Amino acid sequence: MEDFWAVVLAGLKVWVYLIVALLMVPAMFGFSLGISETYMKILIKTLEWATLRIQTVNTEQQILKSPSFNGLIQREEGSMEKELGELRRSRPKSPLGGDFSLSDCFYFYRRGVEDIVEDEVTQRFSSEELVWWNLLTRTNYDFHYISLKLTMVWVLGVFVRYCILAPLRIMLASIGLTWLVIGTTIVGFLPEWRLKSWLSEWVHVMCYRICARGLSATIHYHNKENRPRKGGICVANHTSPIDVVILCNDGCYAMVGQSHGGLMGVLQRAMAKACPHIWFERADMKDRHLVAKRLRDHVNDKTKLPILIFPEGTCINNTSVMMFKKGSFEIGATIYPVAIKYDPQFGDAFWNSAKYNMVSYLLRMMTSWAIVCDVWYLPAMHQQEGEDAVQFANRVKSAIAHQGGLLDLCWDGGLKRAKVKDTFKEQQQKMYSNMLVRGEEESSHNSDKLPPP
Amino acid sequence: MGSRASTLLREEEIEEIKKETGFSHSQITRLYSRFTSLDKGENGTLSREDFQRIPELAINPLGDRIINAFFPEGEDQVNFRGFMRTLAHFRPIEDNEKNKDPTASEPLNSRTNKLLFAFRLYDLDRDDKISRDELLQVLRMMVGLNMFVSQVLRMMVGLNMFVSQVLRMMVGVNISDEQLGSIADRTIQEADQNGDNSISFNEFIKVLEKVDVEQKMSIRFLH
Repeated sequence: MEDFWAVVLAGLKVWVYLIVALLMVPAMFGFSLGISETYMKILIKTLEWATLRIQTVNTEQQILKSPSFNGLIQREEGSMEKELGELRRSRPKSPLGGDFSLSDCFYFYRRGVEDIVEDEVTQRFSSEELVWWNLLTRTNYDFHYISLKLTMVWVLGVFVRYCILAPLRIMLASIGLTWLVIGTTIVGFLPEWRLKSWLSEWVHVMCYRICARGLSATIHYHNKENRPRKGGICVANHTSPIDVVILCNDGCYAMVGQSHGGLMGVLQRAMAKACPHIWFERADMKDRHLVAKRLRDHVNDKTKLPILIFPEGTCINNTSVMMFKKGSFEIGATIYPVAIKYDPQFGDAFWNSAKYNMVSYLLRMMTSWAIVCDVWYLPAMHQQEGEDAVQFANRVKSAIAHQGGLLDLCWDGGLKRAKVKDTFKEQQQKMYSNMLVRGEEESSHNSDKLPPP
Repeated sequence: MGSRASTLLREEEIEEIKKETGFSHSQITRLYSRFTSLDKGENGTLSREDFQRIPELAINPLGDRIINAFFPEGEDQVNFRGFMRTLAHFRPIEDNEKNKDPTASEPLNSRTNKLLFAFRLYDLDRDDKISRDELLQVLRMMVGLNMFVSQVLRMMVGLNMFVSQVLRMMVGVNISDEQLGSIADRTIQEADQNGDNSISFNEFIKVLEKVDVEQKMSIRFLH
């Protein structure tokens, strides 16, 4: 019995040394031993093989699975004016005017039912559907039994992910976070030398690198010359809390957010000791002026790190970019846009906060194959003459959407939880009234025989 | 996600829905997926709130009427069959229906049934007649409380510029009930043939006989 435990202990020691040598040291110093690259290559080969198998079996059994998951319906992309014009064309123009026809409602009915079948907004708040299965149960929408080989590979995958990778990753992540707290606290004790900020940056990046290994994250950074500089604001599209880890692997940012209690609070306070972050009390967050003032003060101090902000305000599923809140664009600082695009093939990074809490989300992340993403740094943008904050925000949003290959939507991410404002309905009503009224004007002029104004 | 949607819907049900509505197998499974994603309560039926959660529908002026069309008389929940039956009205009309069975009832997406669907959206009390009030109600929904100019313009011609400018500021314009009322009267006048001051279904069909109902009340479902 004792021998057994001795063996286990020895095994654990070897295991820990391996981890430190092969994973942590490279992470700390930023070089790579090529282990993750090999893992990724094997993974890609496996997934390609799986896809091929599914394809061949599908064609054999003549299950027609259209690879274009583009949509369920094809819409008529006509404006209200155009469509109503077509509907009314069939009617002779009544001499009494009043350009209303019983068929006008068809336009609204059809649009309404199209939106019931498929709308632009609600699909952004749930995970993206994959075209081909990637051997994860969670993305399996239409499960057919394909073949024994495939099922066996899947079982093997489950074993590898849950029994080998997940514990490893959890350990790495905990180590990373613990070091972050300890490291930043230690640095916090140092007096204000220039060394302090350098050390603090090093500690931050190192711990985030360990955390990234804890997620098997493979990140490709593009256009590093546009990296955010001090005294600016970095804005990015938001998909999950992991975005922070992804971005902080390649630079140091000042975070903005609500101060939490508990474990998060410990983390926040420790980080704030080493270098200034902006944490708000819950009540203060509602005070827009206070928020703006603190942001402005931080930005104006050129020695402080660039602020990292996610203007969407909530997590979106990485197929589109939704409305940017204008708060950060009113400050007058340089904006450094960053586009983040995850590859859904290896793991679904989207945090559906309605369905999963933080802990179950992180567990899901750690039992995926990997997190693969691309980060593009876009050239800095400034607010131009005669452009208000909303227009500026939209301009930045389009740039990010364009670079990341995401759809640029004007809808507010807050619609995840809140109802849509009535003003939008009133806009539609107004458009329709204008069409109705023009007919009225013409008719009243005809009947009164008055010259146009 | 991971909702095994297609396994919750039995094959026999899919076949029945196929026969009743004419949708294909894959369309039915995908629409079932959509149905379950709208069903936040996960009880197999949709309530009015589930529909109103769709922002584009919430801002549609006739959104409430459309939602109403899915719910049978006096009920607050609609199941998948009812959902599909209503959507079936919007299937395009194919010229060569494969099983052209003369004894079978008219398909849900025939021209007449599409028009009946539209008629019922006007006819709130289901008495098979569109009265002036019902027409007014729909008009009011489509138009909201909105700016309109001709009332003001008419007044401007009769008064001098100064006073009319003040009036314009004061009037804070609406499409008045009076204005809508005259539109409703005109519409009924045109359509009403038997002089009962309301529009019956046959009169409705007659007014819209030149409108391309097949195309305008159809949605192109893919695969």
